Amino acid sequence: MTDISAQSTEYEAQFGDYFALLKPRVMTLVVFTAFVGLLVAPQALHPFVGFCAILFIAVGGGAAGALNMWWDADIDAVMKRTRKRPVPSGRVTSHEALAVGSALAGFSILMLGLATNWLAAGLLAFTIFFYVAIYSMWLKRATPQNIVIGGAAGAFPPMIGWVAATGSISLESVLMFSLIFLWTPPHFWALALFMRSDYDDAGVPMLTVTHGRPATRRHILAYTAILAAFAVWLGFTAAGGPVYLIAAIGLNAWFLKGAWEIFRRDETMAEADNYAVEKAFFKFSLLYLFLHFGALLADAALRAGGII
Amino acid sequence: MMAIQAEHEIHQRRKSRNIGVGLVLVGLIAIVFGLTVVKVQQLGAIEGFDHVVRPELLPGEEAPE
Repeated sequence: MTDISAQSTEYEAQFGDYFALLKPRVMTLVVFTAFVGLLVAPQALHPFVGFCAILFIAVGGGAAGALNMWWDADIDAVMKRTRKRPVPSGRVTSHEALAVGSALAGFSILMLGLATNWLAAGLLAFTIFFYVAIYSMWLKRATPQNIVIGGAAGAFPPMIGWVAATGSISLESVLMFSLIFLWTPPHFWALALFMRSDYDDAGVPMLTVTHGRPATRRHILAYTAILAAFAVWLGFTAAGGPVYLIAAIGLNAWFLKGAWEIFRRDETMAEADNYAVEKAFFKFSLLYLFLHFGALLADAALRAGGII
Repeated sequence: MMAIQAEHEIHQRRKSRNIGVGLVLVGLIAIVFGLTVVKVQQLGAIEGFDHVVRPELLPGEEAPE
């Protein structure tokens, strides 16, 4: 006789475990940047449609996160940072992660298309495909440039927000994309410099391991220099304004200074002060991105108020 | 014979899941309804035949020469 209570020794996945599959912390960044992309666009969406668009973009990003956890459960189980995720910790099976991810991906793409337009929905579909197939399945384990590729997936939300409002991809949305895309490598490589062993244990090729730490320092400086040019450029487009331009010049000067200091150091110097410069650079990089998008929002508010 | 238990312990174990899924479904209904209202309003005034002929809905006649 089969009795349903025979399962009682197993752990019962709770709602929060499924929600954790959607990577809620990554989702906050997706929501914020998509929100800014949507608000700085010259055409205004009806507030409720705008709210729904951001919700569907966030759910789509969450679906990509769930599919990533399905595919990467073996790596996640090895790395300290990811060991407590629902799949490696055994709270949710990988089949369930696949099911939740696929269902939410299809649902969010369809609903975004119906609520706004099919170009935005197509971009969301491409983002999910890119993150899951191109990044997780293929390049993450194959190339030390994996961080650069993964950054592209995270860079799409403001562009999708912009396209949801305007219906077309214009220069401003490409520059917002570039801002996150070029920001990701210095941000993660700084982390890789002071979080030493995690990625090695998992067998994920990180630049610090494959090309050495001095090469990583050079890469951080190079990407930061290109990032600074693109970030300031955005200030001269219709999406930017005086607040953004002033913020961008200040933040990028400070970020470049940090990248330069990282470039000038070697491992003995870094170990002597326990990676203080690298840690400070990493912390500032979070603020850097937040303040750039915050400044875009401030300019949009000034424009809406008729002040500029 | 086993008595039918109205409250099986699996109901208790899956409570948070069931409530969560229920709230998500209610939210989905609200969103689809809200989107429908907004989209229909954006169409502007809609007019159709309503049991009586309305001349303004008939195809326009050619202007007399």
